[in-house]
Amino acid sequence: MTTSDTVDWQSRIVTVLNDVDIRHVAYVPDAGHSATIKHCEADTDMHSVVLTTEEEGIAYLAGASLGGQRGVLLMQSSGVGNCINMLSLQSNTRFPLLMLITMRGEWAEFNQWQNAMGQATEAALKLMGVLIWRANQADEVEGLVRGAATMAFEGDQACAVLLGQQLIGKKEWSK
Amino acid sequence: MPDTPLNRRHVVAELLVDRSDLLVVTGLGSPTYDVMAAGDHDLNYYLWGAMGGAAMLGLGLAHAQPDKPVVVITGDGEMLMATGALATIAIQAPANLTIVVLDNGHYGETGMQLSHTGRGIDLSRVAASMDFNYSERLTDMKSVHQLRDRIHRKNSLNFAAIAIDSVPIERVLPSRDGVYIKNRMKLALGQKL
Repeated sequence: MTTSDTVDWQSRIVTVLNDVDIRHVAYVPDAGHSATIKHCEADTDMHSVVLTTEEEGIAYLAGASLGGQRGVLLMQSSGVGNCINMLSLQSNTRFPLLMLITMRGEWAEFNQWQNAMGQATEAALKLMGVLIWRANQADEVEGLVRGAATMAFEGDQACAVLLGQQLIGKKEWSK
Repeated sequence: MPDTPLNRRHVVAELLVDRSDLLVVTGLGSPTYDVMAAGDHDLNYYLWGAMGGAAMLGLGLAHAQPDKPVVVITGDGEMLMATGALATIAIQAPANLTIVVLDNGHYGETGMQLSHTGRGIDLSRVAASMDFNYSERLTDMKSVHQLRDRIHRKNSLNFAAIAIDSVPIERVLPSRDGVYIKNRMKLALGQKL
């Protein structure tokens, strides 16, 4: 994977977020989201909210939506498990929810401690009624994120795009 | 700590006096019933679940409605589930947000088991350590009245743990329909559905 590939799909995510008028980005950091986070932190019209745990972001975005504004939640697959009960908010209230989730534990994973939650991520989200799409290639990302945003904000659904480990690339393990 | 526990319904009624454009988010359980008992209102957002979410929901609302005061009224158990959220909120520090914990030191919905605050943890000191502009433990109605005024000033991030008694009290139940409660507030805020 080259640097230009990485910049390409990440910058397309930023384009989509701007196009659909995202005003809030809530996140637990991940390398795969680093360009999006950097962009949003630098944008003074955007509220960037670093979280201590991922479920905070679900409640936060519900509040922003109650106040009439749109947001996105960025996390790694390990964070999905932290969100399960908080997703009952969407079941009961139909607040729109857009999540972008970078995957671990599914391909070329050097740390097997990531595998249990990585393998359970999609099923766990489905159990809680979240609509899911998966991007494994750079040219799929923009369309999937745009489509998920449409269904989240036009249809008041909980929607997640999983950004596959093959897309993100192998994490370099410095010894 | 020479606390003289206050009556929770008196405390909440005092906080919501002449509420004007105040937006209210309630944590599940007794705080939801207390806010309902003070008078149902289009600008009340009641949680019946999503434990640990009240303060963060208040932060999102405060960010999206910066011209209006926002108060989160929750219990000690609900707030304890999200102590990390206090750090998240402290960093954002919106000047229109106040978090009020009605602290009886017990899990009231589940059989009155002692909570961490009932065993000595003071959440107001936690928030103070995170540099909330104002963070106090309140034990008298005069302080509660002053807090009511502070909520409306919109010039600081506030936290208050209010010592209340744990005497059983009648439940006053708002609607459990989450979509209705959401849409009611959005319409009151002038949004299209």
